[in-house]
Amino acid sequence: MLAAFLDNVDLVLMTIGALVGVAASLLGAFLVLRGSSLYSDAISHSILLGIVVVYLISGDVHSPYQVVGAALAGLATVYLSELLGASRRVKQDAAMGLVFPALFALAVLLINLFARDVHLDEHAVLLGELAFAWLDVVTIGPYDVPRSLITMGVITLVNALFVTLFFKELKLAVFDPGLAEALGLRPRLLFYVLLFLTSVTAVGAFDAVGAILFIAFVIVPPAAAYLLTDRLWAVVAGGAFLAVAASIAGYHAAMWLDVSIGGMMATVCGLSLVAAFLASPRYGLVARLVRHRRQRAEAQILLLLVHLYNHEQETTAAQESDLAALQHHLRWPARLGRAVVARAQQQGLLTVGPDGQRLHLTDKGRDAARQVLEPWRRG
Amino acid sequence: MPELWEILTDFTVRNALLGAALLGVLSGVLGTFAVLREQSLLGDALSHAALPGICIGFLIAGGRHLWPLVLGALAAGAAAALLVLLLTNHSRLKPDASVGAVLSTFFAIGTVLLTYIQNRQLPGQAGLDSFLFGQAAAILPADLGVMAAVAALGLGLVAIFWKEFKLIAFDPGFARSLGWRVSLLEALLTAMIALAVVIGLQMVGVVLMVAMIIAPAAAARQWARRLETMVVLAGVFGAASGMLGTIVSLARPGLATGPLIVLAATGVTVVSLVFAPQRGVLWQAVQRRRTRAAIEGGRVLVDLLQLARAHGDEAFATEQGMIDAVYGADAQPVLRQLEKQGLVKPLPPQLGKGQQWQLTSAGQAEAQRLLEKREE
Repeated sequence: MLAAFLDNVDLVLMTIGALVGVAASLLGAFLVLRGSSLYSDAISHSILLGIVVVYLISGDVHSPYQVVGAALAGLATVYLSELLGASRRVKQDAAMGLVFPALFALAVLLINLFARDVHLDEHAVLLGELAFAWLDVVTIGPYDVPRSLITMGVITLVNALFVTLFFKELKLAVFDPGLAEALGLRPRLLFYVLLFLTSVTAVGAFDAVGAILFIAFVIVPPAAAYLLTDRLWAVVAGGAFLAVAASIAGYHAAMWLDVSIGGMMATVCGLSLVAAFLASPRYGLVARLVRHRRQRAEAQILLLLVHLYNHEQETTAAQESDLAALQHHLRWPARLGRAVVARAQQQGLLTVGPDGQRLHLTDKGRDAARQVLEPWRRG
Repeated sequence: MPELWEILTDFTVRNALLGAALLGVLSGVLGTFAVLREQSLLGDALSHAALPGICIGFLIAGGRHLWPLVLGALAAGAAAALLVLLLTNHSRLKPDASVGAVLSTFFAIGTVLLTYIQNRQLPGQAGLDSFLFGQAAAILPADLGVMAAVAALGLGLVAIFWKEFKLIAFDPGFARSLGWRVSLLEALLTAMIALAVVIGLQMVGVVLMVAMIIAPAAAARQWARRLETMVVLAGVFGAASGMLGTIVSLARPGLATGPLIVLAATGVTVVSLVFAPQRGVLWQAVQRRRTRAAIEGGRVLVDLLQLARAHGDEAFATEQGMIDAVYGADAQPVLRQLEKQGLVKPLPPQLGKGQQWQLTSAGQAEAQRLLEKREE
């Protein structure tokens, strides 16, 4: 079965993409909720410096030091940005925007100068190419396994383990760092571990999808899931699910159009976010608009009922409770007035006199108006 | 240096340098507003968003002409900015996630389009990926015209809306209370960042452009206390680092221009952070030392005066050991410092006694002043 799996090129590439997506979005959920998701941007750029420096020292592109060096470079970026921001000489966002482009620029320069010949090409680093996963295989027993499959498998496992084991701590650290601190849970340390794992994942994802598309996998699936649900575990699991779905759909789209696989996977992620943004049942744009309109309609009816109720006992009741009068007294255009009256009539809250102008509250309408004015008399 | 002169008068080089200067000035000036309004990372999103715009411009125009590419990049930048605003204002996502999502998705679309163009072997696509990291040598005189037009537009808008932009940068709430269309002006300022991005496409590339928006402005902020000064300085810093990076990259073939320009700009920023008066790290360290020395010196002076008064003579010479005991630490370095200021003087050493110190008349007056101040 394993041999059949490894022979299926499509399946293996999709699996690698899905592993990158799951590993990244598991961690990304917490970064997005904490409001620190752009650290993944900084990290994914600056790990290149770590990779290049370790390469220049060791002469090996795939040494285990690579992962450590790159991950340290990622953490260094975060630390430097926070230090610079804390010095108050530049603001926090500008601090990050100063540090990571500088480190990335240095890395590209070093590649230009010393490492042109190896496959550390600066364009590959930026864009990645999933299809090249087959150029780098490890032989295990009778099987030739792409190296990225193994690395990403291990990283996904570690990330999943971390998120499961520290779910409670992470949850508290994200939503109430003060309480977490008071309980002795060390939220800052936990956050740095999270960023360390993000760096490691970025290194692993590097060959497959490149530096910038990695950010898409960290931020976009959890963000889309967050628009769909209120439960943390659902954000985490939903993000991972969306990442897998995007990998599969993106792979087929990329094959069909003959374009970058990683790019297409990330594009599909983006589309899922747009879909969630527009159509999420509770937080989507459409749902919000509908809700807004409904609330406005309800408020208009209540306003009319209260208006009628207030003037019911007065001598001017006849003038006030006139359909045409609404234009002046509530400043409603004639069309709006007619529409609101029609809706209220439909709900049995008022009746219109035979002249089609005089409005009378029904008992139900009077109750509704009284509830607005005197809510404590309820029941 | 005849060689350097030769390089500088070379046609390509002159084009590249002019381009770098244009880029630096515009991104410095516009970056100032982005940094002051804490929208630095929006610049990152806009610059990454330029990639799909470039590709679409290329696909529509059917070749690598700068105008379509610039217009495509501008349109994509505007779309990205709009999306970020939409996501931030109308969804529960925080600004960072909105920026990150838009940035990475647009770049992903750009990657897809770029590989689409490359895999189709469309004519005239060579060098399209130089927009990733910039290649100054590829700049043509015609490109320079486009860049100059864009820069003139950007700087002209800043000049026209100077008063409005200034108020928005510092007090948008007040601007709103004046009845200004603040959201419209803010949208304009944001869209103008796209202008800076567009002009940097060929020099710096889309990936590192964010540094050219932030670094010159952040550097200028360290030296300037007024917006006018900051804008001018940022323009100068931007142009200087742009030209420096360009010269270095042209001196050795195969070096991408963008990283060098960014490193030059970062260098300027680091120097500013360390050496700028008042805000610089060095300046503040010196200031702190001075303050501490003044406080410690004051303590020893007052101690001396009180010891002397206890002996009924303000000119009484106190032994060093006594001073140490009252001061609570070794007072020797502080005393030497005070001696240099002419506030205390050591007595000639006497046999069997430690070093003795006496307040000078200036020292007595100063100690008296400090004592009164302390009692206030």
